[in-house]
Amino acid sequence: MPESDNIVVETAERIFADLADPQEVNRDNKGDWKAPLWKALSEAGLPLAWVGEDCGGSGASLADGFGVLAAAGRFAVAVPLAETMLAGWLLSQAKIPSPDGEMTVAPASPKDRITQNADGTLSGRARAVPFAKSARHIAVLATGTNGCSIALVEAVACRIEAGLNLGGDHSDAVTFDRVQPLVIKSAPKGFDQTSLMLMGGVTRSLQIAGALESLLDISVKYSNERVAFEKKISKFQAVQHNLARLAGESAAAQAAATSAADTLANAKAWDDAMFLEAVSAKIRCSEAAEKGGAIAHQVHGAIGFTIEHILHRYSLRALSWRDDFGSESYWAVELGKRIAARGADELWPLVASR
Amino acid sequence: MTAALRFDPIRLPPKCEELRREVRAFLAEEIARGTFDPYQPNREDTDAPEFSRRVGERGWIGMTWPKKYGGHERTFLERYVVTEEMRVANAPTRRFFVADRQSGPVLLKYAPEHVKMDILPRICRGEVCFAIGMSEPNSGSDLFAAKTRATKTDGGYLINGTKIWTSSAHIADYMIAIFRTSPPTKENRRHGLTQFLVKMKQPGIQVNPIGQITGQFEFNEVVFTDYFVPDDHVLGEIDGAWKQATSELAFERSGPERFLETYYVLTELVRAVGPTPDTRSAEGIGRLVAQLHTMRRMSVSVAGMLQAGKEPVVEASIVKDMGTVWEQQLPHRVRDLAAFVEENASNRETLENQLSFAIKTAPKLTIQGGTTEVLRGIIARGLGLR
Repeated sequence: MPESDNIVVETAERIFADLADPQEVNRDNKGDWKAPLWKALSEAGLPLAWVGEDCGGSGASLADGFGVLAAAGRFAVAVPLAETMLAGWLLSQAKIPSPDGEMTVAPASPKDRITQNADGTLSGRARAVPFAKSARHIAVLATGTNGCSIALVEAVACRIEAGLNLGGDHSDAVTFDRVQPLVIKSAPKGFDQTSLMLMGGVTRSLQIAGALESLLDISVKYSNERVAFEKKISKFQAVQHNLARLAGESAAAQAAATSAADTLANAKAWDDAMFLEAVSAKIRCSEAAEKGGAIAHQVHGAIGFTIEHILHRYSLRALSWRDDFGSESYWAVELGKRIAARGADELWPLVASR
Repeated sequence: MTAALRFDPIRLPPKCEELRREVRAFLAEEIARGTFDPYQPNREDTDAPEFSRRVGERGWIGMTWPKKYGGHERTFLERYVVTEEMRVANAPTRRFFVADRQSGPVLLKYAPEHVKMDILPRICRGEVCFAIGMSEPNSGSDLFAAKTRATKTDGGYLINGTKIWTSSAHIADYMIAIFRTSPPTKENRRHGLTQFLVKMKQPGIQVNPIGQITGQFEFNEVVFTDYFVPDDHVLGEIDGAWKQATSELAFERSGPERFLETYYVLTELVRAVGPTPDTRSAEGIGRLVAQLHTMRRMSVSVAGMLQAGKEPVVEASIVKDMGTVWEQQLPHRVRDLAAFVEENASNRETLENQLSFAIKTAPKLTIQGGTTEVLRGIIARGLGLR
């Protein structure tokens, strides 16, 4: 998704350009850039973009928020903006007001379950929860005997084992040992863990698509500067064709992610069409992260393999985002099962309905 | 950001769904009356003149053209729906498809009024078939190396030379071809070619069929010997065909036919694995469906840009590059996934026959209408690399 004429997205892009410049972030190994960035994002109301004004947020539309996430991907933003937006959105589903500060969501994998006990406490373990270590609160989707609930939990009430993802961002295991939530309410009818995973998956798809757009830009620019064998490497047909393929992967990721985001923003139900859109985006964007990232590195040669170069900020995060909220392999199996259950003659009508 | 590639989430408007139901009902009728078998893409004779006329009667040829030429002034998105439903059903569209997609729009833009009034309504009625005369024995992707000569004579031109790989020339009523009217210049090697409308089935034209590795005879060698073309059959600027070629490519390159050519094997794979597939089959099908859905969303997005009057040449080239590579690989992936399908699957024989045909068809998909290499060159130019 290219730069928008949308005011919310424009605001986000201006903040990223001023306070999350990849080059400067990459040079700052103390992380001093994080606090001013988060402060500016918070003042602009972006972390709680998807929370209504009645619940303490800024009440932006889903579409605006999706635009912000694609922009965050284009800057490889490494603060829990997407996670806090997602947490606020989850809490809003049960009309739970959002607190200030950084949040994340659990579970972050379709395979993990947090259960609600009879006494209202929560138990279970969620692996690879993004930014759990730096979150003050966790929005939880819990499964109980009477269906799903949504809860707000203080991070300090949980046991958090720190971990890092491929991009070097926190991705932590969170254990709920009869944790008493601050608030817990029933999820709306039809809303379950799959709903959260699909929304999380579309979030990551948009971030991957944004990162790929930057990988393409950076690679094209570099190929037009770097000279080898007495000419710019952009003049070699082998390099041109690789970059054309990278453009294709970037385009596919953008098309899949924006289509799914558009579907979610206008959805009336969590039906098969929505499922197709959301999981296709996650599958296709993840494939694009692998293929596209490899080409970006190939074009850059050794310099792109150095920690000093910004390339890894995009390539490794894009690869890492594949794993959150269900990997492409997981969703491909689930999609394949649904397609098979619908039957061969119902495949085309489903695809054509989008 | 330098990349200006844009694939907005265009949706087909609701009235398209009504049209889709009409097309499906029509195709079901045609299948019932025995016009074609949707499970048999490997027909020997793919020409279906009566079917073409009935499609024309429905108003589904020349859908976007002005009514004064027999068209229906509908949108590209409506045309998109008709095209994809026909392709998925394996309907025999050969006789009218090229005229509808390419030749008609060229005539609309460049033919004299009386020629348009004569030919376009007949295309819309499904009565005439077009071929495209581009490649020559020593000029394929390198279009501007064409040597077939058009020599000025009284009231027209005399054509001498040979076109090759010309699809449908054996059944075509007309061909739109490029011939050399002047030598290339030092400054511009693309100079000197002119686009002509050629009436087929006349003395001076010999069509020699060429067998394909699929067993079909769909393309031909077309030999011109002192063949006369009148002046009013010149299309556009003399010596300036190169200026006319590029804007049409976006229309030609991004349609559903650029990724659905082998789609039928995916349907049959889903049938063969049954309602509760194992993990391997489920994952394979899931990935293919996600890829298909994404291709289609990209293709619809380009159709939306065309409808909005844009010329998304780079986006269209990306759709064709990715779409044709995908449909080329599809039968091989389906073959992989079908390796452990139960011997007694009800459609096993159908699937095997289809796979055999699709695998033989696959090599041409990344060659016809602009090779992968040519497309990637266009994309690279769009990225500012050339």
